[in-house]
Amino acid sequence: MRMHETHEHLQTLTEIRSLMERSSKFLSLSGLSGISAGLIALIGAGAAYMRLKTDWTTLLSYDRSQLIDPDTRQDLLRFLLTDGILVLVLALAAGVFFTMQKARRQGQTVWNSASKRLLTALFIPLTAGGVFCLGMIYHGQIWLVFPATLIFYGLALLNASRYTVRDLHYLGIFETGLGLLSVFWTGYNLFTWAIGFGVLHILYGTIMYLKYDLNERTARTV
Amino acid sequence: MKELLAQFNKAFESKARLRIMSVLLVNESLSFNALKDLLQLTDGNLSTHLRALEDAGYVLVSKQFIGRKPNTTYAATDAGRQAFTDHLNALEEFIKGLGE
Repeated sequence: MRMHETHEHLQTLTEIRSLMERSSKFLSLSGLSGISAGLIALIGAGAAYMRLKTDWTTLLSYDRSQLIDPDTRQDLLRFLLTDGILVLVLALAAGVFFTMQKARRQGQTVWNSASKRLLTALFIPLTAGGVFCLGMIYHGQIWLVFPATLIFYGLALLNASRYTVRDLHYLGIFETGLGLLSVFWTGYNLFTWAIGFGVLHILYGTIMYLKYDLNERTARTV
Repeated sequence: MKELLAQFNKAFESKARLRIMSVLLVNESLSFNALKDLLQLTDGNLSTHLRALEDAGYVLVSKQFIGRKPNTTYAATDAGRQAFTDHLNALEEFIKGLGE
């Protein structure tokens, strides 16, 4: 009788803990989202590299951008903007797709108060960053856009990490740090951008996949 | 043992009420539908439990309109937070006591 009752109370406590976490945090972010976003970013960075046909190191650096004539500059700008927006849209679409799949597997909804809070926390700093970047393009500071996207994205992740797995916090710190480094390491802007949005995402996604998704999948088959 | 049991709150006798309080504790406020989704309760069941918690002074109900649609949100009161924490502590003590 006593054993039975203890067991029941324990179960209640476990259930309450899981409910509290599940209702306040969005835990369906998939590791595959990170990996796919990283791959797309690498392809985008590769396209920019091919288009500019220069070596990685001097590309889009502060020093070099002074030498380009205005026409080429306009042309280049249009290409980079299209490239960047394509990367953003495709990465978001892939991210949403894998996250929806994971949520379905967990039997959870995607559009709930936790995910709304996560998206709000993410998109306020991100939108501010986007507008700021447009401002910099307007004022002709193209090379600064690369570090700025990393910094604002990193800060947005830091802000959003309160509403999902803690690990996102560290990705945010790395992205912000890399962006700040990139401001002073002026010759390597596209390179640091590819590291931040490509390599770091793939690394983070792989770690998340191994840590959460894989366990869950094996638990399901056992 | 008797004293411990005395701390078990009558309002939380039903597990559903305990679950409602647990999600309201970590969320500023939740709508009826959000609660229903999270807890997988029927409309009637959920509203009965919510009313009981409101009567106990543990839950604050606010009604407003979004456009023309009524939107009712629920939040835990300070008394509700205190009562829930006390109840959980009592539950924990109870389990610890049995383990010894």
